[in-house]
Amino acid sequence: MSALEIRNVRKTFGDTEVLKEISLAIDSGEFLILVGPSGCGKSTLMNAIAGLEPVTAGEIHIGGEDVTWRTPAERDIAMVFQSYALYPSMTVRQNIAFGLEMRKVPKAERDQAVERVADLLQISQLLDRKPSQLSGGQRQRVAMGRALAREPQIYLFDEPLSNLDAKLRVEMRTEIKKLHQRLGTTIVYVTHDQIEAMTLADRIAIMRDGHILQLGTPDEVYNDPADMFVAGFMGSPAMNFLSASLEGGPGEYRVRVETEGAQAPLVLPWPVERETEALASQVGRPVTLGLRPEHFSEEDERLGDQAEGTRFEATTTVVEPTGADTLLQVRLSGVEATVRLGPKSRIKAGDRIALRVDMSRAVLFSTEDESRLA
Amino acid sequence: MDNVIRRRTPRARLLRAGLYALLIAAALVYLLPLVVMVLTSVKPIEEIRAGALLSLPSHFTLDPWIKAWSSACTGMRCDGLSGYFVNSIKIVVPAVAISTLVGAINGYALTKWRFRGSELVFAMLLFGCFVPFQVVLMPMARTLGWLGLASSVSGLVLVHVVYGIAFTTLFFRNYYVAVPDEMINAAKLDGAGFFRIFWRILLPVSGPIITVSVIWQFTQIWNDFLFGVAFAGFDSQPVTVALNNMVNTSTGVKEYNVDMAAAMIAALPTLVVYVLAGKYFVRGLTAGSVKG
Ligand SMILES: Nc1ncnc2c1ncn2[C@@H]1O[C@H](COP(=O)(O)OP(=O)(O)OP(=O)(O)O)[C@@H](O)[C@H]1O
Ligand SMILES: [Mg+2]
Repeated sequence: MSALEIRNVRKTFGDTEVLKEISLAIDSGEFLILVGPSGCGKSTLMNAIAGLEPVTAGEIHIGGEDVTWRTPAERDIAMVFQSYALYPSMTVRQNIAFGLEMRKVPKAERDQAVERVADLLQISQLLDRKPSQLSGGQRQRVAMGRALAREPQIYLFDEPLSNLDAKLRVEMRTEIKKLHQRLGTTIVYVTHDQIEAMTLADRIAIMRDGHILQLGTPDEVYNDPADMFVAGFMGSPAMNFLSASLEGGPGEYRVRVETEGAQAPLVLPWPVERETEALASQVGRPVTLGLRPEHFSEEDERLGDQAEGTRFEATTTVVEPTGADTLLQVRLSGVEATVRLGPKSRIKAGDRIALRVDMSRAVLFSTEDESRLA
Repeated sequence: MDNVIRRRTPRARLLRAGLYALLIAAALVYLLPLVVMVLTSVKPIEEIRAGALLSLPSHFTLDPWIKAWSSACTGMRCDGLSGYFVNSIKIVVPAVAISTLVGAINGYALTKWRFRGSELVFAMLLFGCFVPFQVVLMPMARTLGWLGLASSVSGLVLVHVVYGIAFTTLFFRNYYVAVPDEMINAAKLDGAGFFRIFWRILLPVSGPIITVSVIWQFTQIWNDFLFGVAFAGFDSQPVTVALNNMVNTSTGVKEYNVDMAAAMIAALPTLVVYVLAGKYFVRGLTAGSVKG
């Protein structure tokens, strides 16, 4: 039985349709991440799940029960907000205990719950402070503590870490992951952060304009994106999209990418095992080749023709060492493509370099409607 | 603290001295009536009739104050302002409390539980701030009669509450708009209902705006004359109306000292409120948003 099921939910504000037929189901204990560009309806969906906004159509089921018309209090949900939304007049202790108090949990049990949560989040020494006396990271913990004090069926997190500095964000991310592994709770989590999405999620839902474009494991959405939008949205630095055309036929498809100047075009054989039916109708037509920065590698002269992939030469325009690896911009097919190489690379801007491209994980899209071809 | 860089030429200094002289003169002009009132109220009547308006009293006396409070004649009755002062308190305290509370609940509902047409309701309430007193006199008189509240303290309380709600709602709405919705949503998820959220979450952070509302309403209602004249009975007249009656009572000699003392008694509570809470008033009007 799914912990949360959303059936054909629509939501309109006046004339604007913000959610358009959203359906999804998540299992008990699952960690679902919602991502999508700003304004695509993520918060609206969260509010609909929480019961803070009535839906225009559709149904929401929690733990097998239809809760579409239940108030937030009746839904057994806890939520952590981006702004933390602590109660300013109450101490941390009262903030954490408030939800239990409203549910008429006896005082002794409330105190126990506060202690448990404070231990878990290491905020015991803050319990008698007011929110105004806390730092951003501490407030964030208290906001989580308030949600964790109760044991609801579902936790909702709406960009809970976005107000923290980079270091704290990484720490809290790890802690949330640990918490989830320890408590096995069902979580729906909105984020703009690629790494948060990839590291925390059991499954990721990519939203755009009120639709869910793809719902899958981090590996699926990253390596097997449903369309060009998902491919471009997931991953940082983003996937390179190269204008190309398709040649050949079944068993020997080739992707032809025009290169800069008088250079011979780059002709890349498409792996036979990744052929699809859709390719046949696209021969001779413009397509878009999607290559992630890590699909390129520096030519290793010692390997010569033994090396995997197709060799080509290009001029670098920008070199960005990030510490862990080096990002290059190279001119290719009229656009700059991002290439990710090892940290030891000695390449400078302006160098002419030899690269290899690995087609085994490349993806192909229709230029016309941005749908996935292969 | 001085944070202006000034020229220090003789000419500039002279101009500055002139400016201060002008300002001090203006301040004196405004203060003079109060000085005259205070001086007059502690002089025996003979001294006043002798003519020296601005001179210090040669015989200091508090008799005019005592008379104004307990035995001066207001129309038929001659037992001073004390009873009317109590009337004013009986009107002001409940009227301020009720109008502030209702304004707070209105402001809360209009910002945090938006319903279809809530903007229209607010616009109409806002319109209430611009209705002149005189316009509502007749309809209000009919309404009070119909409710059986004519000429009573409760009737006056009702009038002031009705008239004040427009203002208090405006204050609280503008304050609560700045309180983050997420805080209210968090409380809803925690299981709190409409009034629970109001009492436990919102009211504790409303101190500054409650101060503003109370001071505003207190001053308005205490100083009201028109509603008092129009709707009060003999037993329920507020102090402002009694003061008017006392000053206009035309039996015997005109006791300026008693009149002045009476006027000061009537004005004292608002003065005290401003002196004690004035800075909170300003602070409340400029208070920043509540952060969660
Ligand atoms: N109460 C409302 N009335 C009208 N339109 C609204 C309302 N709330 C949200 N919207 C609109 O719905 C759309 C989706 O908003 P939502 O807050 O769900 O976006 P989001 O995906 O959470 O964006 P972000 O990543 O910036 O938080 C936006 O275009 C927004 O303008
Ligand atoms: Mg949002």
